[in-house]
Amino acid sequence: MYDIEVDKLGKRFGDFVAVDCLSFNVEHGEVFGLLGPNGAGKSTLIRMLTTLVPPSSGVARVNGFDVVKEATEVRQSIGVIPQAMTSDLDLSAVENMSIFAKLYGIPKERRIKTIKGLLKDVDLEQWADKPVKMFSGGMRRRLEIARGLVHEPKIFFLDEPTTGLDPVSRVSVWEMLVRLKSERDLTILMTTHYMDEADKLCDRIAIVDHGKMVVLDSPLKLKASIPGKNILEVSFSSVPEGWIDRLRALTDVADVKNEENIFRISSNNGPKTTVALLEAARDAGLTVASLSVQSTTLDDVFVHYTGHQLRDMLQAPSAMNSPFIMRRGGGL
Amino acid sequence: MHRVWAIIERDLRRFRRSPVLMIMSIMMPLVQLVVLGYAFGGKIKDLKIGVVDEDHGLPGVKLKEMLQAVAANAKTFTPSYYTDKADAMHDLRNGKINGVLDIPPLFSRKVLAGAAPRIALIEDNTDQFSSGALEGVFSEMLPTYNSGPVAPRMPAAATLDVVEVYPYVPYIQYLLPGVTVLAIFVSAMIGGGIIFIDDKARGLHEGYLVTPIRKFELILGFTLAGAAKAIIAGIVLVTLGSVIAGIPDPLNPIRIAKMLLLVVTTSMALISMMFLLMVRVSDPLVPRAIFGMLNTVLYFPSGAVYPTQSFPGWMKAISVVDPFTYAVHGFKELVLKNTGLMAISGDLLFLTLFTVLMMTSATILFRRTL
Repeated sequence: MYDIEVDKLGKRFGDFVAVDCLSFNVEHGEVFGLLGPNGAGKSTLIRMLTTLVPPSSGVARVNGFDVVKEATEVRQSIGVIPQAMTSDLDLSAVENMSIFAKLYGIPKERRIKTIKGLLKDVDLEQWADKPVKMFSGGMRRRLEIARGLVHEPKIFFLDEPTTGLDPVSRVSVWEMLVRLKSERDLTILMTTHYMDEADKLCDRIAIVDHGKMVVLDSPLKLKASIPGKNILEVSFSSVPEGWIDRLRALTDVADVKNEENIFRISSNNGPKTTVALLEAARDAGLTVASLSVQSTTLDDVFVHYTGHQLRDMLQAPSAMNSPFIMRRGGGL
Repeated sequence: MHRVWAIIERDLRRFRRSPVLMIMSIMMPLVQLVVLGYAFGGKIKDLKIGVVDEDHGLPGVKLKEMLQAVAANAKTFTPSYYTDKADAMHDLRNGKINGVLDIPPLFSRKVLAGAAPRIALIEDNTDQFSSGALEGVFSEMLPTYNSGPVAPRMPAAATLDVVEVYPYVPYIQYLLPGVTVLAIFVSAMIGGGIIFIDDKARGLHEGYLVTPIRKFELILGFTLAGAAKAIIAGIVLVTLGSVIAGIPDPLNPIRIAKMLLLVVTTSMALISMMFLLMVRVSDPLVPRAIFGMLNTVLYFPSGAVYPTQSFPGWMKAISVVDPFTYAVHGFKELVLKNTGLMAISGDLLFLTLFTVLMMTSATILFRRTL
């Protein structure tokens, strides 16, 4: 039995399809990532799995329980960290956790012991009795993660756990999640639009775009699945006709894509292709305006499978902001 | 039940740490009590009346002496004397005086002949309170003026003796029951309306919804948490207001216990009504937008500021289903008459049934999903 089973799950808001017939399973102990831009359907999917939004079609089971027919059992089995930070600023860390422990019916002795242990695990022991309004964003997120584990669930859902945090806090949250996962034998399903986060934390990643699953595999296999070991991004002062074909003919080039006169060259040997590229430009009398060489990342995987950059999608207005969707679903 | 207590605990801890909004919910009705109570409650004094004596006879002198007596004792008005009626009318129209008493020519002759003597009160009727006060004084003064120097031993006409069951009730005391209910309502509006929807918009409710808590437990938790704050507001207002308004024996424990029962029942009714109104709302602007309208629709038809018997039919219909009406009536009985609970049993029954109806409807309509 899988900890999470998703079979042809779909969600429509009127005519808008937020999640389109998704299927996947998550094994016990796995960290499963849903990677995609805003409006891809990640949050809607996680809300269906956590019983917050009823599916329009398909079936999902969490810890063996149907998310629609056995919602109470599902809620008892899971810990959930929503995208928005929802701790009460006027209450202390212990008070915030204690109230949630009571909502799960944890007896007093166990409650006190669990809260103490969790606050230690998330490095907030010294801040236990301080009001949350004194906390930084990273500390608040760590507290919320601890709060989500107060009833010791085995399956943990995190919706964009590091969005809005500074780089240092993000790394601190990652390290804490890795430690908690191994210490508490957790199965984690998380959404993110950070490639490095998915790469660092997830055993398997499902890339989701426009409500559909584009590809699903481990980060290593995903990176290996696209042509080339290196990516060269190059732009020129001017580009003659047929220049892309000239680039494709360079040494060890696997693929070339032109995105608004920035050429992304997938190469099996970055250094050799770079030398050949510079020689070709010199021979053609072109000036190289910019050039970067890097190893293949999940960003390249995303571009390869979806045809667009994730960062472009993050900046573009998404369907999530439509009043209709906000009213019906509170976001995607 | 521990889940319900968790919601109440959360709300009360937040209230204790940040009580500004709740203090405001007490302050607004308290200010209204003091300002309205003293603004409308006092007797009208120091009006100015112009007197034009076109007769110059002895009966007119007697009348002017009576005017001086009113000016010296009740001080309802101060007379000033004009020789020219046109000047007096000019001052009346320009707001310098509130009325003109005209003693016409031949007044003395008609008085002595018993031939229907008449005087005229020309008043500025744009201010009905002042003109009413002037009419009242003259209506009381003229029978005395008309009676002879020696009253008959057995008056031939029927007279009315008025017996007041309770001590004189100043307007500020009359207002106190309504203002107490208003404080509970404002608290319910803030706790059950504004804060509830703000929490929902901030995603706090999402935290509740992913726990195994049941729908009814959530509604009960929200209602009791809101009611607890409304009860605090109500009991503070009714006690403090009783002291300010000069209610006799305001800190009597039995009186306070009876008040507490009515405060609790009223709080539950108004908070549960608020949750029913807000159960499907998610826009934080909505409770703020309907605040004034709800206040007007519920407060004024309840008889809090004016007797319901004077209302038109449609307004009477509102007052019949308005929980304010029963709460205000109950508080009037307890505050102004210090009655027993039997006198307010009908009010308590209505408010309890109203609470059950509101909570049941809210539970049915509440969505356990986003």
